[in-house]
Amino acid sequence: MEWEPVIGLEIHTQLKTKSKIFSGASTAYGAPPNTQACAIDLGMPGVLPVLNEAAVRMAVKFGLAVEAEIAPKSVFARKNYFYPDLPKGYQISQYELPVVGKGHLMIHVDGREKRIGITRAHLEEDAGKSLHEDFQGLTGIDLNRAGTPLLEIVSEPDIRSPEEAVAYMKKLHQLVVYLGICDGNMQEGSFRCDANVSVRPRGEEQYGTRTEIKNVNSFRFVERAISYEIERQIEVLEKGGTIVQETRLYDADKDETRSMRTKEEANDYRYFPDPDLLPLMVSSDFIEEVRGELPELPEAKYHRFLDQYALKPYDAEVLTASQALADYFEVVVETSACDPKLCANWVMVELSGALNKAGLDITASPVSASLLGGLLKRLADNTISGKIAKQVFELMWESGKDADTLIEEKGLKQITDSGAIEKIIDEVIANNPKQLEQYRSGKDKLFGFFVGQVMKATQGKANPQQVNELLKDKLKVE
Amino acid sequence: MHTKTLAELAAGLRAREFSSRELVQHFLNRIDQYNGTLNAFVTLSGERALDDAEAADRLLSQGEGGALTGLPVAQKDIFCTRDIRTSCGSRMLDNFTAPYDATVVARLRQAGTALLGKLNMDEFAMGSSNETSFYGEVKNPWKPDCVPGGSSGGSAAAVAAGLTPAATGTDTGGSIRQPAAFCGITGLKPTYGRVSRWGMIAFASSLDQGGPMARSAEDCALLLGAMAGFDERDSTSVDHPVPDYCASLDDSLEGLKIGLPREFFADLESDMAAVLDNAMDEYRKLGVEFREISLPNIGLSVPAYYVIAPSECSSNLARYDGVRYGYRCEEPKDLEDLYMRSRGEGFGAEVKRRILIGTYALSAGYYDAYYLKAQKVRRLIAEDFKRAFEEVDVILGPTTPTPAFGIGEKTGDPISMYLSDIYTIAINLAGLPGMSLPAGFITGKPVGLQLIGGYFEEARLLNVAHRYQQVTDWHRQLPEAFV
Repeated sequence: MEWEPVIGLEIHTQLKTKSKIFSGASTAYGAPPNTQACAIDLGMPGVLPVLNEAAVRMAVKFGLAVEAEIAPKSVFARKNYFYPDLPKGYQISQYELPVVGKGHLMIHVDGREKRIGITRAHLEEDAGKSLHEDFQGLTGIDLNRAGTPLLEIVSEPDIRSPEEAVAYMKKLHQLVVYLGICDGNMQEGSFRCDANVSVRPRGEEQYGTRTEIKNVNSFRFVERAISYEIERQIEVLEKGGTIVQETRLYDADKDETRSMRTKEEANDYRYFPDPDLLPLMVSSDFIEEVRGELPELPEAKYHRFLDQYALKPYDAEVLTASQALADYFEVVVETSACDPKLCANWVMVELSGALNKAGLDITASPVSASLLGGLLKRLADNTISGKIAKQVFELMWESGKDADTLIEEKGLKQITDSGAIEKIIDEVIANNPKQLEQYRSGKDKLFGFFVGQVMKATQGKANPQQVNELLKDKLKVE
Repeated sequence: MHTKTLAELAAGLRAREFSSRELVQHFLNRIDQYNGTLNAFVTLSGERALDDAEAADRLLSQGEGGALTGLPVAQKDIFCTRDIRTSCGSRMLDNFTAPYDATVVARLRQAGTALLGKLNMDEFAMGSSNETSFYGEVKNPWKPDCVPGGSSGGSAAAVAAGLTPAATGTDTGGSIRQPAAFCGITGLKPTYGRVSRWGMIAFASSLDQGGPMARSAEDCALLLGAMAGFDERDSTSVDHPVPDYCASLDDSLEGLKIGLPREFFADLESDMAAVLDNAMDEYRKLGVEFREISLPNIGLSVPAYYVIAPSECSSNLARYDGVRYGYRCEEPKDLEDLYMRSRGEGFGAEVKRRILIGTYALSAGYYDAYYLKAQKVRRLIAEDFKRAFEEVDVILGPTTPTPAFGIGEKTGDPISMYLSDIYTIAINLAGLPGMSLPAGFITGKPVGLQLIGGYFEEARLLNVAHRYQQVTDWHRQLPEAFV
């Protein structure tokens, strides 16, 4: 029996607003427990929610970026359940009428492009955190996170493999960071994924029973968890069993999913429209205003890089992976005024290598884009050779000085005066008669020796091409 | 001093006939003397009141201050007061002190009033008799074996007995108007969204409104002027200008059209009908024209209300869980035990009853048949009123089917208790403003007449009530025991 996995992802992104979705308390991460929860977040008697417009903007921005319908009217609804990190005993969310409707995202897997549908995206508030360790059998409740705005993005069940799931998740992650609506920090819980997994016989139209795997918060774990779950379900079905619709957790240590809810009934959330909030009305003027604020999206930027800079697809993909990196690259191209391929090479190899080694993000690079551009300019106009350029780069990294200053200071200018080079070549030849004879009698390998000697004599500053040409000429049998 | 209206006291203060301090002390003495029997006050704030009074006296002596400067008021214990306990009539909040003032409290404070204390009420505003309070029942000053009405029973009793010249109340299904009628005072429920709900502990969010309760329409106008207005902390607050409610009190009623809903007058008992007939005679003398109107869907208001209000309350009261504030059971074993016992012990029977009804009505499979349906019925009721107001300016009817019933008389029959709100409930469903003012006596107990206006027509209602009070003196009566 051939089985087809059917996967849908629900992703909760924390929106990067300064204050919470329904109160003015700060959303900053890492504060001491319960220092960023005001009366509204604490669900005290008599408090009322007031909607944060910035969160709406971000939701609309997302909707436009995935080409979704933006609902002119959407409604906040209460999702009722009891848990200590949910202060009001209900979460303000959106149920029947979400702010963002159907959209889609393109993913690239195994060299093909695939369209993954987005069913909807809605605004809601985050709950607080329950800390089960460190409290001697009790649970500590930190309400700093309570009320942080979330955008819950629900995909259509269009995903057919763990690889596609990861590709979708990565694409979405890139997009929300690009849009500036989410910082994408999965360790801090800014981007959280629940996966709905089911299997069905290939060719069957009806969906199988699905399970929900909650809170898998890294790309790697998503892939592992979904893979495991698919196998588990197939095994159960092939043995003649049935899949229980339930929530499961992924155990990273054991690399398996485990059933989470022991109770038989699912929670009845008793959704109803929140009477403390008015329906959210989004005008077409507002939508156009937000549309004007959209940055160039990753997909569009990728295609533009292919066209404008004649880059290879792989290079274009790497360089547009993050907005910061793409911007950096473009500044380098502009300041250096040289071949984009050269710039791409330097950014992807030299610079990225150095950043990785130092554990730095591109935004923290000690060598700015214009500094690097200046260096490449001097490389392109032959002031320095490629090898010297690498040296200058290292010096730049340490000192922060620009290329011209460093070249001047260290006297690194390339020697391009043929006369001067010839003179040195003559000296080298004169000083190495044995090798000259051996070379002339057929030992071609010694060419490298002579090049090396000339470079040594010039402290590496002689222009390599010229050295090659002149040396070849001078070494010829007369 | 306790026989005077707020307006008269204000004049007295400005004329320096007495100081605010003397005035406040007078009422504190009366509270001391009578609250033991009436049980109208839950918490007293005498020291604070005297401080407020002194500050007021300083302003008044400089010829400064506004219309309410130096006047004592009391707050229904549903309004959060910073540093003074807010119990909401419940064991659940017996230990609760809010870290903030409700907007209503802040505004009355800014207006220069002195806070005497917090008034008893039905638990979480659920009740029509003030018999469900954790702090015990409140007695009707006119007949101590009768209820004062509810849920603002403490507020009504305190004003009627002259323990405070003015009080705030809240009205979700009649909780200002019904106790006002039972206690022979004047009370107004404003248009939904007129008065901010920030800091007003929520019962049914789409129905709750805070309003004034005092000895006269003029007094209510003074209070409403301070209480009303847009508040950005309440998303359901309406940004509609607040008129000077006192300026139009004396306007002529000549040619005013008042509607009489035939459904209200259909099964009225004869003595109540007689009271209203007399009132209508007075109004005719003032130039009013009466017309019969119909509100065909009004019979559905009690069932619709008793689905919507409990549903919203079941959600609003979920926060009372013993975790962050309020009542917590002793030595909880685990989370479930914490919830079960804190809520089981913290809430009274009526509150639990309504939470259960509301949870049921919202649950999967029942939402459409109950909550959604009730909201649709609500729309029909609102449209009935809309149509009526195309023909008439104001609507008049009874506030209650009977005068105050006996303590304990209806506690065994919740449905019968719910039906005492039959004339007031529709007004909350439609979000319209409504008033009750004293119109006579039946078996020695006061009864009221109800006035209903179009959206934001409080000024008109107060005017219609005031003109009546200029030619009658029902509102000046005090219960013998409290003169």
